[in-house]
Amino acid sequence: MSVEAREARQPWVLLSPALTAVLLLLFVPLAFIVVYSFWLRTATGADQAGFYLDNWNEALTDPFYRDILLNTLKIAGITTVVCALMGYPAAYFIARSKGNKVILLLLLMLPFWISYIIRTMSWINILGVSGAFNTALLSLGIISEPVQMLYNETTVILGLVHFLLPFMVLNVYVSLEGIDETLEDAACSLGATRWKSFLEITLPLSLPGLAAGGLLCFVLGAGTYITPLVLGGPTDAMFANLVFEAIITQLDWPLGSALSLMLLAVLGALVLIYNHYLGMAQLMKGLG
Amino acid sequence: MSAVTLKDIVKRFGDFTAVHRMSMEIPEGSFVTLLGPSGCGKTTTLRMIAGLLDPSEGEISIKGRRVNDVPIHKRNLGIVFQNYALFPHKTVAENIAFGLKYRDVPKEEAKKRVAQALELVQLPDVGDRYPKQLSGGQQQRIALARAIVIEPDVLLLDEPLSALDANLREDMRVELKRIQHRIGITTVFVTHDQSEALAMSDRIVVMSQGRVEQAGAPEEVYNTPETEFVAQFLGSSNILEGTSNGASGDEVAIETAGFGLIAVPKSRAPKLNGSGPVKLVIRAEKLHLAKPETDPDGQIAVDGVVETVDYQGQAARYFVRVGDLQLQAINMIDDHPFNEGDTVSVRIRPRDCAALPEAR
Repeated sequence: MSVEAREARQPWVLLSPALTAVLLLLFVPLAFIVVYSFWLRTATGADQAGFYLDNWNEALTDPFYRDILLNTLKIAGITTVVCALMGYPAAYFIARSKGNKVILLLLLMLPFWISYIIRTMSWINILGVSGAFNTALLSLGIISEPVQMLYNETTVILGLVHFLLPFMVLNVYVSLEGIDETLEDAACSLGATRWKSFLEITLPLSLPGLAAGGLLCFVLGAGTYITPLVLGGPTDAMFANLVFEAIITQLDWPLGSALSLMLLAVLGALVLIYNHYLGMAQLMKGLG
Repeated sequence: MSAVTLKDIVKRFGDFTAVHRMSMEIPEGSFVTLLGPSGCGKTTTLRMIAGLLDPSEGEISIKGRRVNDVPIHKRNLGIVFQNYALFPHKTVAENIAFGLKYRDVPKEEAKKRVAQALELVQLPDVGDRYPKQLSGGQQQRIALARAIVIEPDVLLLDEPLSALDANLREDMRVELKRIQHRIGITTVFVTHDQSEALAMSDRIVVMSQGRVEQAGAPEEVYNTPETEFVAQFLGSSNILEGTSNGASGDEVAIETAGFGLIAVPKSRAPKLNGSGPVKLVIRAEKLHLAKPETDPDGQIAVDGVVETVDYQGQAARYFVRVGDLQLQAINMIDDHPFNEGDTVSVRIRPRDCAALPEAR
């Protein structure tokens, strides 16, 4: 075989284990779900194979699903904005700090070493009726009765921010690292104040990182069901909770499949829009 | 009035002193070069003038105004950075107009001045392009245009040519000097490249380890080094040990190991007083090699053996052994170069020697 032919084949040889895994574990199950979504659950509880549009009809027309979808997008949106506002200054600080970057980045990664579920549940120990916050307030005499602070939309957003903030910081950090610091010096030498030079130079140049972090936060936030399950109240269900509900609780796989494909379509459309304007390269940078 | 005045400037980073008590006056309209190896404090000095670093002690004035507490954006300086620092998300025209925006120049006039600046750097048609679409040399010109379009009081250049390749560097050197002449702007240039410094400057300030070794016109610094460091750093020099027998008339008689007694003109030994040990500096290109049988024509001549030949085209660098001394000679090649192992007559003229007192 010629060198060229070998070189042309090499990427595929190296990719094949990963491609096989993706094919078998992602695309094949996804195909099952597509097929499932057209089946029908009969009154007896058995699934009837076939091509029925009943699930899709219900998922797309029932205002219950639409409202929860919109609420999910709203919560993911607020979370993303909060992450951006909190994460940008932190990323800027790390990127511009001299010497101890490694330690700061390590601290940022530290939460990933603990399970996301445990991290979410830790809020119960902090904000719960017998949690640290209530105990402190009680012993200080500020309140006489424990206050219920958990199980509302705010705590869901709190939990999501806690979960997603490192993704935002990392993405913004990576894009800030790629910006030459002398650009700000140059802007200042031309008459801009430090703040103005940040607004005119650094901020616009770091927007791709901010967008990549935003996309990750939004998609991961909108797809979560654990946070609302652990920290939300009965009315704070997000869309993924409906899928969970349909499949695990009601054992209605066909409806659950249709709902999960619906969420996939909405979030997939978002990724496509992002890709159209910014390309995937920035996202890859932030993940690497 | 001098454009920039440094008075007893000290810069410390923790325990390390980067600049030791430096004083300097830069006359209006002149081109002054801070020259030295890396770590000598030249860039630190430039950054203090720019306002990117605060001096630990001392006073900096620009056009008679004390600027120690004036932030960089109010100093009205044009800076060209080593890596150009063009804004990648702005077009060339927007880059150049950046400083004008903060000077409240009306749009129409700004447009005119941007066009003039592009004209000045001989790139009139690139205004709509982005920096990435330009070559390194072109980016360099745009950085210069951006710095001078705001009509700064002083132009600061931080190794602006070092990122360019050799041929382009020489072109830009001429170009930069031409532009500086034309607009007559006071310029402070930082470089570690002695040929850049010699070619462009009105005045060279040679620095080493945070101190000024010597300041003067290029010929002065080149021909009459005041310290061994300057002699070694600028060009290739031979440094001989010698003993001064004191001055008599216009000459200083110096006894050397290899060349015997040399009567150096007093003007070439300005720092010398009295007798004692001295260093004698002879530039490699002032050490002439000749065939032994030719007439020395009044020069001091001793015999030597060529050890190594470094052929450079129109010239050659020879390493020659004279007794215990190893000397360097850079000679134009007439006909063909000497060969390794040739016995040659090594000749110097007393007026080509410079004498320094033994290390301070």
